[in-house]
Amino acid sequence: MNGRIFLLGDDIDTDQLAPGQYMKGGLDMLAAHCLESVRPEFAETVKPGDVIVAGKNFGMGSSREQAAEALKHLGLAGVVARSFAGIFYRNALNLGLPVLVTDALDGIADGDAVALDPAKGELRLTEKKRTVRLEPLPDNLRPMLADGGLVPHLKKRFAAERAKEAGA
Amino acid sequence: MASTLAQKIIARAAGLETARVGEVVTVRVDLAMIHDSGGPRRVEPILKELGVGLFDASRVVLISDHFVPGDTDEGARILELTRQWARERKVAFHDGEGICHVVLPERGHLKPGMLVVGGDSHSPTGGAFGAYMFGIGATEMAGVLATGEIWLKVPGTILIECQGRLSPGVLAKDIMLALCGRLGMDGGQYQAVEYTGEAIAALSMQERMTLSNMAAELGGQAGLIAPDETTAAYLEGVGGSAGDWRGLATDPGAELAAHHVLDASALAPQVAAPHSPANAMPVTEAPETPFDVAYIGACTGAKYEDLKGAAAILRGHKLAPGVALKIAPASMRDQQRAASEGIMAVLEEAGAQILPNACGICAGYGLDRLGEDVTCVSSTARNFQGRMGAASSKVWLASPLTVAASAIAGRIADPREFLRDGAGTA
Repeated sequence: MNGRIFLLGDDIDTDQLAPGQYMKGGLDMLAAHCLESVRPEFAETVKPGDVIVAGKNFGMGSSREQAAEALKHLGLAGVVARSFAGIFYRNALNLGLPVLVTDALDGIADGDAVALDPAKGELRLTEKKRTVRLEPLPDNLRPMLADGGLVPHLKKRFAAERAKEAGA
Repeated sequence: MASTLAQKIIARAAGLETARVGEVVTVRVDLAMIHDSGGPRRVEPILKELGVGLFDASRVVLISDHFVPGDTDEGARILELTRQWARERKVAFHDGEGICHVVLPERGHLKPGMLVVGGDSHSPTGGAFGAYMFGIGATEMAGVLATGEIWLKVPGTILIECQGRLSPGVLAKDIMLALCGRLGMDGGQYQAVEYTGEAIAALSMQERMTLSNMAAELGGQAGLIAPDETTAAYLEGVGGSAGDWRGLATDPGAELAAHHVLDASALAPQVAAPHSPANAMPVTEAPETPFDVAYIGACTGAKYEDLKGAAAILRGHKLAPGVALKIAPASMRDQQRAASEGIMAVLEEAGAQILPNACGICAGYGLDRLGEDVTCVSSTARNFQGRMGAASSKVWLASPLTVAASAIAGRIADPREFLRDGAGTA
């Protein structure tokens, strides 16, 4: 799927992604305020297929997974960054939001046309006709993301276990 | 083979002889802590969808703190759902007794050597007790509650050696702000941070908890301190037990990811400018900063000893004109102890407003938040833009002693100017 890049800096935190005062409400409300303190127009202009490209330590701060959930809810294809905060990284993949690492961010600009291919580990800059190679996902997490996140992954595992028990 | 404390705990929980750094392992979870925000309201729908119950209700502790006191309709509804879930699922439940990271050890749930997950980013606090405790999100917590296991990449250890003793007026919080400034918000690299050295050995458990707590701000997965006699005495005092803690330490010669040395004796009180803990500087170098609100709150900075230290500075003083001092004692038990020793009376006499034993303004989930353009000096852990209120509000981080001194001075002030007999020593 094709989209545009939102280029952000280092240390994007979970209070920017999922502001505390909206944590009591539903996902629609929370997502509407996603990143408003950094990019006030983000929630209104982001389209399915768009990709955030950011610096280091993306998602630092809270363990609230709504930070990743809000991005997914808005249709974001994924986040590419120099590095991710540990809890956010796990949360995003658990929720089925692709998060991929690369250092090769030079020459990427805000608004660039893009297509993210998490399975191949590619960020294709479709107008600039250039492909950025992304670090492959860790082996233990690839099957989970392929299943769409932790819940579908566990469902599959439990179903297999039940089938095995029934067969035994 | 020489191992780190983190490797020892993880190897045991994974049922392995040794845990090699970088290896992905599956561990059994000894304890899972959840709170009202990431807890029942988020995990129950997933458990239902999976069609399973709790792996072991006796290994789950639920603590309400984020939406306490329920000052909004939604918050009150979330608290009610939380209470109902505790009854139905028959788990240990601490309702309105304080902030989870403080309540968990003070009610005797933690033990050295445990592998613990918490549904909150400040879960590394449990590392002060020699437990490998780390924060996870709600979906992953639901997975733990369903299976009793979680995957880990065996972390390297970043050893922080604090040589010498802290001077009067300087607290664990100052160590952490200095480290955030020096190493940055990702200096912990999602590895195990471990604190050691003479300064750490001399610290009380509550001060150690502040160090472990803010391993989160360094971006570490855990913030460990090897258990010792101080740990054992604390745990026995709360009706728990340290168990067989000897040997739960990093072996001499164990391979480290990094080794940083900090001279604790030369450390001055620190403050961190808006909007990052990494904007740390000695209080003596802080610009003249008038402010509106002084906040002593959070798991990081409003425990019994923090209240006691703040009271020693505030005793006999009044707040500077135009400054509001708000204090949210981190737990009911800490507040009761402070009250019985006359500490709460001193704080109130000085003009403090006492808020509920909960996350309060630090989480910014309720009605009590910082308004437009308000400047706050706070004993909390993070000062990200908009976290504690309006995006235009500005938060300076400091120790509870520095917050108390500043509340009297009406500007960011060095607590050492206000030290008297014994004041400011933990």
